[in-house]
Amino acid sequence: MKPGFFVREALRSIGRNAIPSFAAMASVLVTVLVLGVFIPVVQATTGAANEVRGRVLVDVYLQKDATQADIDRVRDRIQSVETAGKVEFVSKAQAYQREKARNPEAYQLLGKNPLPDTFRVTPKKPDDVLKLRDALAPAGVSGGRTPIDESIESVKSSKDESTKILTATRVVKLAMGALAILLVIASVLLISNTIRLSLFSRRREVEVMKLVGATDSFIRWPFVIEGVVLGALGGVLAVLLLAVGKIALVDPLAEDFALIAAPRTIQFGVLAVLLLGASVLVSAAGSGLSLRRFLRV
Amino acid sequence: MAIVERHKDELERRAGPQDRAPAVVEFRGVTKHYGTEKAGLTEATFSVQRGEFVFLVGSTGSGKSTLMRLLIKELEPTKGTIKVAGRDLAEVTRRKVPYYRRNIGIVFQDFKLLPNRTVYDNVAYALQVTGHSRKEIRNRVPDILRLTGLSTKLHNYPDQLSGGEQQRVSVARAFVNHPPLLLADEPTGNLDPETSIGIMQLLFRINRTGSTVIVATHDAQMVDRMRRRVIELQRGRIIRDEHSGLYAPRDMNTAEFGALLREPAPAPKRVEKDPIDELWGDEA
Repeated sequence: MKPGFFVREALRSIGRNAIPSFAAMASVLVTVLVLGVFIPVVQATTGAANEVRGRVLVDVYLQKDATQADIDRVRDRIQSVETAGKVEFVSKAQAYQREKARNPEAYQLLGKNPLPDTFRVTPKKPDDVLKLRDALAPAGVSGGRTPIDESIESVKSSKDESTKILTATRVVKLAMGALAILLVIASVLLISNTIRLSLFSRRREVEVMKLVGATDSFIRWPFVIEGVVLGALGGVLAVLLLAVGKIALVDPLAEDFALIAAPRTIQFGVLAVLLLGASVLVSAAGSGLSLRRFLRV
Repeated sequence: MAIVERHKDELERRAGPQDRAPAVVEFRGVTKHYGTEKAGLTEATFSVQRGEFVFLVGSTGSGKSTLMRLLIKELEPTKGTIKVAGRDLAEVTRRKVPYYRRNIGIVFQDFKLLPNRTVYDNVAYALQVTGHSRKEIRNRVPDILRLTGLSTKLHNYPDQLSGGEQQRVSVARAFVNHPPLLLADEPTGNLDPETSIGIMQLLFRINRTGSTVIVATHDAQMVDRMRRRVIELQRGRIIRDEHSGLYAPRDMNTAEFGALLREPAPAPKRVEKDPIDELWGDEA
């Protein structure tokens, strides 16, 4: 009889306190909605930032007369450098093809291939790009750079560009992280405050229940169930709205613009389950814990 | 009635201490301080036997409510022991308090009804708390509401009832579990004299079913009319405890009352500057 009684009590009290209940549900709905939009946005932004950082690399140009043996030796030497990640070899011919495709007229005029063999070295961590360059071509005493192998003509990494990309993306990532944390804190505060307000308006009721001889758990269960119901209701509505938004707005856009689809974001189903679980848990725990204060009579 | 009571007292006196049922309420040197110096109750010692009807009288702040709140273990005494039905309240742990309170009916001056429940549900709640089945609740609640004269108001909410009716609901709720002890803190404090009599009759009827009833009140007329045991408190001390007592130790006679009236009333003095004139000072 008891669980049924608690559920009936919870539903009855939602019905009788329609406005506070609605406020609690609405605050859950709004926060879940905002979180649901924000989580993929954060992921997409950090994803994009990471992708940009992935483009930071060091170009190693070889001498024009480098033989296959030279190429293999240089490859070994580059790979033995600690900070080096992926090493990609672009031969003269490949480079020529690539550039010609990009600018056919100019290469038509040139006639012969002016491009050297190149290694494109990606650092293991984007932040290490300058260290990698220094390792491949240590700075000499006079300020010039001497490459580690005589077959290397020069080592280039546009320093300014790399540092710009690195700082910009770092700022973006940090800002996004901070925003995400702030948002989570704000959601928890908003929900717990709404719950506390609606409980505060009913503290007299709790007091009377205690005086009649109700045990703490007898008073608490209906409130917790009420929290679960309201949290679930707000969560489901928010997820539905998110689904509508995704189908109506994001999906058509994703077909046109690569940017939205490119970084890997969370699956919608996983996101929905996560948000629902969080909203139910937070509101149930919130009402259970907030009630403790009023139970001390 | 009086002779029956005297007979009972006599029997009680003759019985050996081992045969005597423990007093329903026993206070021994109970002191309660709020903060460091303010005393709510000082060295209160008295006992109430089974089936008694006791009035607690005294002006506000005399410690009546403190005494009531100590009895339902809403407060802990600073000193002394309180025994209810032979059991020391200090032994009742926090977890056991709800179970203890179920055996005490409580009626308050401000009714303390659940605002969003009907009359029926308010009374039923006291039974739901104690885990009674729905069938039992369906049987008992209408009975008790008929006894208190509320059978036509079953489905009204408290804010749709008059003060007297609300107090009847609260008495019904207190009595529905048939508690051996019923406490009423100023039950008629908010009610007119007519309605008060109805509530008192109700409490008296409950007392006759065997429940011990303790009523804190200012209602001198009621106390004088009922002629029950009176315990008077003043500034936290028990100053009087008599059977079939009056509200005041002795009625003031007419001469004294007249003297009180002849006391020179303070002559109205003309204030040179009435502060009210300065209320809007700047604008004038």
